[in-house]
Amino acid sequence: MAKNRIAILAALSVLSVVAFLTIGLRGNIAFVLELRAIKLLALSQVGVSIAVSTVIFQTVTGNRIVTPSIMGLDALYLFGQMALVFALGGLGYAALNPQLKFAGEVLVLMALACALLLPMLRSRLDMGLMLLAGVVFGVLFRSLHSLLARLIDPNAFAVVQGASFANFNAVRTDLLAFASVLTIAALIVAWRARHVLDVVSLGSDTATGLGITWSRTVTGLLVLVSSLVAVSTALVGPVAFFGLLVVALAERIVNTRRHAVLLPAAALTGIVILVGGQTLFQHGLGSSSTLGVVIEFFGGIAFLLLLVLGSRK
Amino acid sequence: MIRIENVSLSLQATPILHDISLTIPKGGVTALVGPNGAGKSSLLSLIARLQPLQTGAISIDGLPVDTTPNRTLAKIVAILRQDSVVASRLRVRELVSFGRFPHNRGRLTDTDRTIIEQSLKQFDLTDLAGRFIDTLSGGQRQRALVAMAFCQGTDYLLLDEPLNNLDMYYARDLMRSLRQVADGNGKTVVIVLHDINMAGAYADRIVAMKSGRVIADGAPAEMLTTPVLQDVFGFAMQVATINGKPIVLHHL
Amino acid sequence: MIVAASKKPLRFGVVAGLGLTILFVSSLFVGVSDLPFRTAFSDPDALQLLLVSRLPRTLAAVLAGAGLAIAGLIMQTLARNRFVEPATAGTAQSAELGILAVTLLWPAATLAMKTLAASGAALLGTSIFFMTAHRLPPSQPFLVPLFGLVYGGVIGAGVTFIAWQADLLQYLAIWTNGDFSGVLRGRYELLWVGALMVALAWFVADRLTIMALGRDASIGLGLDYAGMMRIGLIIVSVIAALNVVVVGMIPFVGLVVPNIVSRIMGDNLRGTIKWVALSGAGLVLGCDIIGRLIRYPYEIPVGTVMGVVGGALFLWLLFRRPAHG
Repeated sequence: MAKNRIAILAALSVLSVVAFLTIGLRGNIAFVLELRAIKLLALSQVGVSIAVSTVIFQTVTGNRIVTPSIMGLDALYLFGQMALVFALGGLGYAALNPQLKFAGEVLVLMALACALLLPMLRSRLDMGLMLLAGVVFGVLFRSLHSLLARLIDPNAFAVVQGASFANFNAVRTDLLAFASVLTIAALIVAWRARHVLDVVSLGSDTATGLGITWSRTVTGLLVLVSSLVAVSTALVGPVAFFGLLVVALAERIVNTRRHAVLLPAAALTGIVILVGGQTLFQHGLGSSSTLGVVIEFFGGIAFLLLLVLGSRK
Repeated sequence: MIRIENVSLSLQATPILHDISLTIPKGGVTALVGPNGAGKSSLLSLIARLQPLQTGAISIDGLPVDTTPNRTLAKIVAILRQDSVVASRLRVRELVSFGRFPHNRGRLTDTDRTIIEQSLKQFDLTDLAGRFIDTLSGGQRQRALVAMAFCQGTDYLLLDEPLNNLDMYYARDLMRSLRQVADGNGKTVVIVLHDINMAGAYADRIVAMKSGRVIADGAPAEMLTTPVLQDVFGFAMQVATINGKPIVLHHL
Repeated sequence: MIVAASKKPLRFGVVAGLGLTILFVSSLFVGVSDLPFRTAFSDPDALQLLLVSRLPRTLAAVLAGAGLAIAGLIMQTLARNRFVEPATAGTAQSAELGILAVTLLWPAATLAMKTLAASGAALLGTSIFFMTAHRLPPSQPFLVPLFGLVYGGVIGAGVTFIAWQADLLQYLAIWTNGDFSGVLRGRYELLWVGALMVALAWFVADRLTIMALGRDASIGLGLDYAGMMRIGLIIVSVIAALNVVVVGMIPFVGLVVPNIVSRIMGDNLRGTIKWVALSGAGLVLGCDIIGRLIRYPYEIPVGTVMGVVGGALFLWLLFRRPAHG
């Protein structure tokens, strides 16, 4: 049954991809198609990265209503980015190749995420406390990011403003090549780890009993999550609740937490929502720039429902 | 006198109390007993107007609880709920002082202070008076809450399982204090108890409830008998007599 | 009521009072234009600067800080949860929604009208928060602030969407990010209404302390629980709305200040409420001064500075070992 549903999801994503590429096509067709193909690559990458990183993150934390961005990882990425500019700005850092800078930022995020999250995971915090701390970490790093931005350039109003919501219309295509390599590598690792993830979801005691070296595995998975978060944040900016929405939907659709099924299902759902939604907004509703806000809105409502209903059980 | 007439209660379509009529005379200690879920706490909440009346009428000294101003009632009846949680960082003396609030609206008089010190002393809290509530043990906290209810100086005192968390020493101590205020100051105490022997030893009257109804009602000697208790709690227990008082061997 | 004589609260009071005085005076003499202390009262230009810009700005920071700290204190009392405040439970976001609606529908409205609309919206939004929050299981105290954060986030997303469509994002940035650099004489005076609210809170301090004991205990002590809930909600909503409209929302003040004061002096508000107000004023004023100095001669908005300082303080509160003694 799960296979059928994945097939349906796959068909839906193909449909949205085709619709994205072909609807309203006119003028210089080859040129427009190429433009759209690049954007499609970026969007589907973002959708897949967020979905997969959320699934893995939820498994590692043993908590179904957290996502990397709720725990402040995307804010952490933006902060790391700004901290690099701040620390190395004088050394001609800004003039470096963007791909190289991106690589540096990914490494910084990996280090920061492990430094912050590993102690938190080790201390086995109460779910609510962990979430609350994560959200506050997010606010703190967003504030630090805009503080640094203003320290570097006191008139940097635009930077702060741009960092607060994802914009699926202004994709950083210059990073696409490197990001694609990173995404594909991460996806391969995630897919190969699907059975390990099933064991990890049983919790540290059981997993250790089943022969998993807990701290090493979790560190590895966090590094994986960090690289995927870096990809999506670098390409479009932070998204708070998108991952939650996607994974909650995917889990409802395939009705299993087995990663061999859930990982592809979530990735496909991510593509359907993002590519399909963008198509809809571009051609149906005429304002493509607000998809990010709308997703936040519904994702947030989904989160509230999960919180209130989940706590009733 | 507390007069309860034809009171029923349902919460979320679940019936809790069925047509209860009961009169609790002024003075003395009345114990409410019964198995879990019998509706004892709900009845107490209704008397103390914590829960709005749905049907029927309840009055205390002739004052209907649903229409009398809250502040007037607060000078007549004090209640202690069983699940009282104090999250505030208050010192014991501060908490107990709030029992005087209905009388002084926050401005302490010398009389208030005397009553506060008396209550602290009565519940052996004088040494703890300067401590924050959140640093106390469960039993100490429970005593502070009882002291606050005492401090309210009302004629009627409603207590929902006040013996929770108390060790044998303080449980006996509290029951003796209740007996003392009932006998010495003419107060009326209504108390939900799980320990049937405490009820037998200290109450003047025992009201037994089951599934939202009052099923038996009388003096301890009439109530603590094997057939009545079997009716209420659903199993047969031996009742012995020591020094002329019935003792229920419910644990055997 | 009777506060046991202990040196700790007294020392805290002295430190807070002295600190606020020092901050107040320094705030008058820190800024882009040079204002030497010696000539401040003899030179007419300098006096003008002091009266038109520096003094209003300092007073605005004091009023905003005291108000927000009290608003946070009241929300924590009403929710019986130490981790909520207007900025994180939908109050500020609802106020933004209100003022946005007025700006769109009735652009000619005066500032007072906008404040009124923002207060009304904040009242509605906060009431909905409380109705839902009271249904969450009390066994998991962190769910309430979490619910509030996301609830505020959802309203915020709605506000951003509307502002985006109406091309009002610039305004939104002003309302959401506290900044005192635009405060001049004649443009902050509405904040004095907030001082009135603080006075009202002081007046009902005893009742608020009882509210913190819970609904049953409050009714048992003859308190008009529902009425007090309404008064509390009104104080919170008006203060939050005033801040949003006049200087923009400042996060974390309402969260960290009451918690720190409670940790040092306890929760008997009769004794502590003035220190909450005073410390809130000091914290905001201090952060504003930092914002003025850190990238001199440019200014960093107080909201950004507070996001860093307040966020760090909040995490410390969250992970410290529970207070005892």
